[in-house]
Amino acid sequence: MEVFTVLWREYIFFKRRFLKITTSAIMIPVLYLIAFGWGLGQDVVIEGATYMEFIIPGIIALSTMNTSFNAVAIRINISKLYERSFEYYLTSPINMYLLALGHILAGALRGMYAAVLILSVSLLFGVKLHIDFYFILICFLNSFLFAAFGYGAALSIESHYDMNRFTTYIMTPMLFLCGTFFSLKSLPPMVKGAIGILPLSHTSFSLRQIVLKGQFDHKSIIVLLVYSIVFYSFGVAMSYKEMK
Amino acid sequence: MIKIDSVSKRFGDFYAVNNVSLDIEKGEFLGLLGPNGAGKTTLIKMFIGLLKPTTGIIYIDNKKMSRNNMEVKKKIGIVPQHTNLDKELTVYENLIFAAKLFKIKDYKKRIEDIISFMELEGYKHKKSMNLSGGTQRRVMIAKALIHNPEIIFLDEPTVGIDLNGRRKIWDILKTMQTMGKTILLTTHYIEEADYLCNQVCLINEGKIFKKSTPKILKEELGIYTLEYFDKEMKTKYLYFKDKDSGENYVRGIENISYTIRKTTLEDVFYNFTNRKVE
Repeated sequence: MEVFTVLWREYIFFKRRFLKITTSAIMIPVLYLIAFGWGLGQDVVIEGATYMEFIIPGIIALSTMNTSFNAVAIRINISKLYERSFEYYLTSPINMYLLALGHILAGALRGMYAAVLILSVSLLFGVKLHIDFYFILICFLNSFLFAAFGYGAALSIESHYDMNRFTTYIMTPMLFLCGTFFSLKSLPPMVKGAIGILPLSHTSFSLRQIVLKGQFDHKSIIVLLVYSIVFYSFGVAMSYKEMK
Repeated sequence: MIKIDSVSKRFGDFYAVNNVSLDIEKGEFLGLLGPNGAGKTTLIKMFIGLLKPTTGIIYIDNKKMSRNNMEVKKKIGIVPQHTNLDKELTVYENLIFAAKLFKIKDYKKRIEDIISFMELEGYKHKKSMNLSGGTQRRVMIAKALIHNPEIIFLDEPTVGIDLNGRRKIWDILKTMQTMGKTILLTTHYIEEADYLCNQVCLINEGKIFKKSTPKILKEELGIYTLEYFDKEMKTKYLYFKDKDSGENYVRGIENISYTIRKTTLEDVFYNFTNRKVE
């Protein structure tokens, strides 16, 4: 019940800001596609595919990450520190784990919406990707885990300015390093090993395998699922921490 | 209805609330009166489960208050000091959201009733971010009443509201009292506590040092207050049972500038703490 209540409110928010949400979700991926796909990677062939085909799964991975993280983190941050509406949840007879799940699912759906937009835009760039159930599952898990991370992160901070710490030290390095724009094969083994642990690496790798080779590695689902559970637990714990 | 037993809340070395015990009867309209930083909000946050007492226990309707006590949460309505509305939603949507969170089945009828009671008909479909401070506060009260709670906590509900808005809220609170609700209000507006509350608690530096009716508190001190400047041009206060006693007192003093007026709760507070409430 709580989950649907939160989803209902987020749906109203989404409906009212449909154009703004849509344009901002498209803007950065389109720039990446123009700069890296058309501009930089015009004559580049990587892992047997054109650079445009190579980076689209990476861009989907990073966009689902960014969109779902920001969708939840900003909403919760504002609701906690500016609107103070989060306090209302804490004094209502609702379960914190269902409340967290509602917000995280709403964020995950926003991530999925971003993925659909990029797939649509990639058609305009002349790239049609192979999409199957696993592709959708990986996108959803990636969106879910970063929405959960955004939920916990927003609740763990006491100032709007602290939100930058997460984007600067966690999200941005992942965005560039986790095989979104280049193949991890070219990196030294130690660095490759360290980056390979990160969830976005698994998402980029899995999506690319599905799109380019039609193959799928089940290990990635397990890794993303574990991250999802850990971040979800972190979010629930942070909700309880609000009641000091 | 509400009982708190030796409750303290410590932040580091600082006691925001220090060993407070209090009983609030069913149907009581209790005002917690004290200056900023006296511990009113901390106390109310402990009542509603937002803060856990460092020591002591809080009982609401004979049940221990805790963050997970859903049964108790269903019995209380809260109007916090800061606006807690979802600014993107309209008044009606804010109330639907609140009703859904409290799992009210026939919520449409309930919302219509509340909107009518709070005189919010004209604002029903306006986004809450576009409302005046006073109207936002009325929507907050509507939200707090949506599940028809037995106990209502209001933390400075009229702060920053103009006189008209304040009067409107006072009328609503008075009506709520006649409906048998138990109300706990924190305020630093003397006239608010005096007008609304049938019991007043004076709180300062985390301690409740007096609880009684506003009338008794003033009578105990003296119904009339003589306010005058002494030789060092400092304001002094003396309290008398009647006006004549005050007049007689100043009659023998030369060149005195004075006023004799009715004693207020501010005088009572000042007499105990040497500190003004506002």
